[in-house]
Amino acid sequence: MRIVVCMKRVPDTESVIRIAPDGGAVDTADLNYIINPYDEYAIEAALQMKDADDSVQVLLLTVGESAAESTIRKGLAMGADEAVLLQVPKDLSDPLGTARLLAEWLKANPADLVLAGKQGVDFDHGAVPGMVAELLGWAGASSVCALACEASHATVEREVEGGRERVRLPLPCVISADKGLNEPRYASLKGIMGAKKKPLAVVDCAAQSGALGSLEAPPARPAGRVVGQGAAAATELARLLKEEARVL
Amino acid sequence: MTILCIVDVAEGRERPASRELLGAARQLKGALGCQVLALVPASGDFAHLGAWGADAVHTLPALDGAFSSDASAAVLAQAVETLGGDLVLFSAGARARELAPRLAARLGRPLLGECTQLDATSGLVATRPIFAGKVLVKAPVALPAILTLRPKLFPALEDGFAVASQSLALSQGEMKAVVTELLAAAGGKLDLSEADIIVSGGRGVGGPEGFAPLESLATQLGAAVGASRAAVDAGWRPHSQQVGQTGKVVNPTLYIACGISGAIQHLAGMKNSRYIVAINKDPEAPIFKVADYGIVGDLFEVVPALAAALA
Repeated sequence: MRIVVCMKRVPDTESVIRIAPDGGAVDTADLNYIINPYDEYAIEAALQMKDADDSVQVLLLTVGESAAESTIRKGLAMGADEAVLLQVPKDLSDPLGTARLLAEWLKANPADLVLAGKQGVDFDHGAVPGMVAELLGWAGASSVCALACEASHATVEREVEGGRERVRLPLPCVISADKGLNEPRYASLKGIMGAKKKPLAVVDCAAQSGALGSLEAPPARPAGRVVGQGAAAATELARLLKEEARVL
Repeated sequence: MTILCIVDVAEGRERPASRELLGAARQLKGALGCQVLALVPASGDFAHLGAWGADAVHTLPALDGAFSSDASAAVLAQAVETLGGDLVLFSAGARARELAPRLAARLGRPLLGECTQLDATSGLVATRPIFAGKVLVKAPVALPAILTLRPKLFPALEDGFAVASQSLALSQGEMKAVVTELLAAAGGKLDLSEADIIVSGGRGVGGPEGFAPLESLATQLGAAVGASRAAVDAGWRPHSQQVGQTGKVVNPTLYIACGISGAIQHLAGMKNSRYIVAINKDPEAPIFKVADYGIVGDLFEVVPALAAALA
């Protein structure tokens, strides 16, 4: 079985995000990049299938700038076999443009299963995996927290309002991973050393995203206010919630 | 020009978030000079959606029965072509995550996910948080487009009259992915995204049993229980309750943070709550910087005292 995991780099979630002086982009100068956290669950799911069956091949597929290479190597260090970077001049911010590049590559290089994170924690649309599935005419399931894959179909569970639903889907399909699917492994030292020699093919793509729009800092909250200390302050808090905030 | 609101149906009724879609569409109606249609992916009488802002209601009996994301998206695409729908609105939730991307790809339209504000004073501009709310983008929307709107941010107002509800005769084709089972009863525990009040616990709660006073306060207030990443990663609470950058982004009226220090990733998920209460032993905890009302103290003393004071 051939599994393709779509992954991308995102700024570390600890990062303070600054807006570029022109107000139309994020200042990426000092950002430290990590594998998108949700993509790590997708990589781990693929590697667990590989652990269980030697014949499983895991390929990482990224749309991004050339600088994405170091983040892709981290994914290879976790245990993926090879990677392809669909290299664009600048990281894309629109999901449909990204999905079209991924789908085009997948049409030419078929896979049995495509895994991805449910959303990038940068632009947060949560749209690319579903778009790829649709563009390929494949089945798909988003935000899955449980996955069992057999030769011809997969069974997944996904969180829905008020519960979980189980979905059965035929292969090939596109499944996006939510937190809770598994616990991603850390790369071993051997994995990190080995990753440097694993094949990473670069395919040049000309795609560009349109303008994001105008960026601004979210409105600041008024400075916090401490009502008091300990249980004795609870009565005053209750009064404020009822009489000042009027939320209870 | 038409705004098409895709209604989310649970147990034969529209979810509250779908009424918010109609409210949002109604606010745009004058500026964009358009009609507002409600599209219900099920059979039934939804004429009452007129009162919430729909000029007409269309139902899709073809989508009764087991849900299939691929087959449903194909039917919705036909419906958009039949009814028009320069702007298609979904409420951001489990169904929209399956359907909106597919519909956008199928129709070749841009998708803007999780919008928090819409403005039509000069062209349509959608506000979206990116980087989990650390930055806001005001994006001009080139129509036709598909948007998903975050629940609890747009006003639902019942001040109109019932309208005609008619069913669209479209048929569903092959189903690939099919929902075979619902594992926990829908309409059971209150979902975080729909809750007006959230009582949330973090590392300071100390363990799974430490959530008992929070659960009790939540029950008393009709609130949902949330958790920080620390509490979820420790296995004390399920991931479905995690608030923050790798959990849910919530906008309740009242967010009560108990034993949560307020890491940047957590703040990203809850700082747009209308009121924030923080209860924490550490007076230096960053959560106090964003809390409208803070109490420095032991949550195991303060939470029961608050429950008693509110009883």
